Amino acid sequence: MAIRRVFVANRGEIAARIIRTCRALGIETVLAVSAADRDSVPARLADRAVCVGPARSTDSYLLVNTLVHAALATGCDAVHPGYGFLSERAPFARACEQAGLVFIGPTPEQIDAVGDKLRARSEAVAADVPVVPGATVDTVQDAVEAAARIGTPLLVKAVGGGGGRGMKRVDVLADVAQAVELASAEAAAAFGDARVYLERYVSRGRHVELQVLGDGRGGVIHLGERDCSVQRRYQKLIEETPAVGLSPQLLAQLREAGVRFAQRLSYRGAGTVEFLVDTERDCFYFLEMNARIQVEHPVTEAVTGVDLVAEQIAIAEGQGLRLRQQDVLFNGHAIECRINAEDPLRDFAPSPGRVRSAQWAEGFGVRVDTHIQDGSMVPPFYDSLMGKIIAHGADRASAIAQLQQALADTQIDGVATNIRFHQRVLADAEFQSGGIDTGYVGRLGPLT
Amino acid sequence: MSLTAADIQEIMRLIEASDFDELILETAGTKLVLRRGAAVAAAPVSVAVPAVAPSAAPAQAAVVVAASAPVESHSSADGTAVESPMLGTFYRAPKPGAAAFVEVGTAVEADTVIGIVEVMKLMNTVRAGVRGTVTALVAVDGALVEYGETLIRVAVAE
Repeated sequence: MAIRRVFVANRGEIAARIIRTCRALGIETVLAVSAADRDSVPARLADRAVCVGPARSTDSYLLVNTLVHAALATGCDAVHPGYGFLSERAPFARACEQAGLVFIGPTPEQIDAVGDKLRARSEAVAADVPVVPGATVDTVQDAVEAAARIGTPLLVKAVGGGGGRGMKRVDVLADVAQAVELASAEAAAAFGDARVYLERYVSRGRHVELQVLGDGRGGVIHLGERDCSVQRRYQKLIEETPAVGLSPQLLAQLREAGVRFAQRLSYRGAGTVEFLVDTERDCFYFLEMNARIQVEHPVTEAVTGVDLVAEQIAIAEGQGLRLRQQDVLFNGHAIECRINAEDPLRDFAPSPGRVRSAQWAEGFGVRVDTHIQDGSMVPPFYDSLMGKIIAHGADRASAIAQLQQALADTQIDGVATNIRFHQRVLADAEFQSGGIDTGYVGRLGPLT
Repeated sequence: MSLTAADIQEIMRLIEASDFDELILETAGTKLVLRRGAAVAAAPVSVAVPAVAPSAAPAQAAVVVAASAPVESHSSADGTAVESPMLGTFYRAPKPGAAAFVEVGTAVEADTVIGIVEVMKLMNTVRAGVRGTVTALVAVDGALVEYGETLIRVAVAE
């Protein structure tokens, strides 16, 4: 079924991104806006914008029934949820389906399957996808045997614990028995539950994720991996593809594992399988799957030339996969910086407000996805993402150089941004040599 | 247990001094509802009205107090705008063919129902929020209204 009018249930740069592809495809768009986003760039780009509620997202962008009603009343035949908000809420996908609207995304069952961490882990195990090795142990003897299998370093964790409490790190196998006895006694005293389990400890990990497309009938291809190890408190700041410094063998296994996981679910649409790469042991573990378009999808688009939103729409229309795996070609290197309204000099405190002027970078190999122009508001109600600058070069060094130039050319006044943070990272020798781990930003120290 | 006038005055005094806007107290045979301020009167109350949508009226809670805050009124030459507290389909009458809730010239109180906004078969009554006389019917019956869209205008009584 050809989609003729898409209801965009999102805001900000991703709303603008989705609308642009729809326009290129000759598909009309209706955008849901809150009262705070009435005058936003995506509201002007869309064929129509309808105000679904006040600024607070719980009263606007998260109202399942209101959004479905608005989509139906404006004559839309499909809904694109973007990322965040309702994109990974099965009840929303289900409500769209029940109202006869095509949900541009996976099925509600698939959203449920990957949304629950334990369920996702068991699906991974069933798909022969490695997970972080671990074991629950009943006796000290159990623990010693399990520890030999898991290897060191490992963590002894209290079943009843959480937030890092009741954890012990073990670096040599000879210490396991003592650590388990101690942890068990402490856990009994602290949580009233003496049970402990062992889990492999990854001291140097990289976040590497695989972009997949599935036709919903078991057909799955991948569009390469992205390295998102530049993170601050689990928030990704810089993403790139390909991931450098991984052995060809590990990379091939990771790609096969991600495809296998999506195949097991007969996954429909665009999704991302996230892995933790253990650089010391040269192996990887499944973390989770994101059942939606990702913020960092443009780096994949840059090196493959594939418009992921257009493929999402094609799959939703029932066209299946328009590319075979051998049709996906990778060209050069791409890096993305997320430009947030955050002040790196004040511990990355959000700095919402009115943007006096916004001069974004342009030029060869540079792409900017943004909803911020002169006079735009960064409302305090939503995340602080103002835009993404993506540079694509023949190799990593030229991508970095282009991105540095693009950051220098970007001038945003009125709100504080994290541009200086990005400039610091891109100029840093450790980042430039490639393959940094997720602890990198924490080791950088404060910006001065 | 029964409440005396002195009890109620005491409760009202406690509410006045508290951070709460509303108190509902139910004892055997007695229900006391106290609300602070006039804004509450304009807050929409959602009630399932199956008559408007005879095709499919799912079982809904009998009374749902909508979470949305009342939309501020904006004055203009021909009266104060009563705005829709939510996006939905606007109905001027309780069911097809019935008399409209209000017409031009109708005198309204703050709690007078002026229309219904339906969201996926859930009927939300909208109240005037102001006291006065209806001067204009703006929203079209059966049409989509957005959050904050003007439904009617009211010349507010002094």
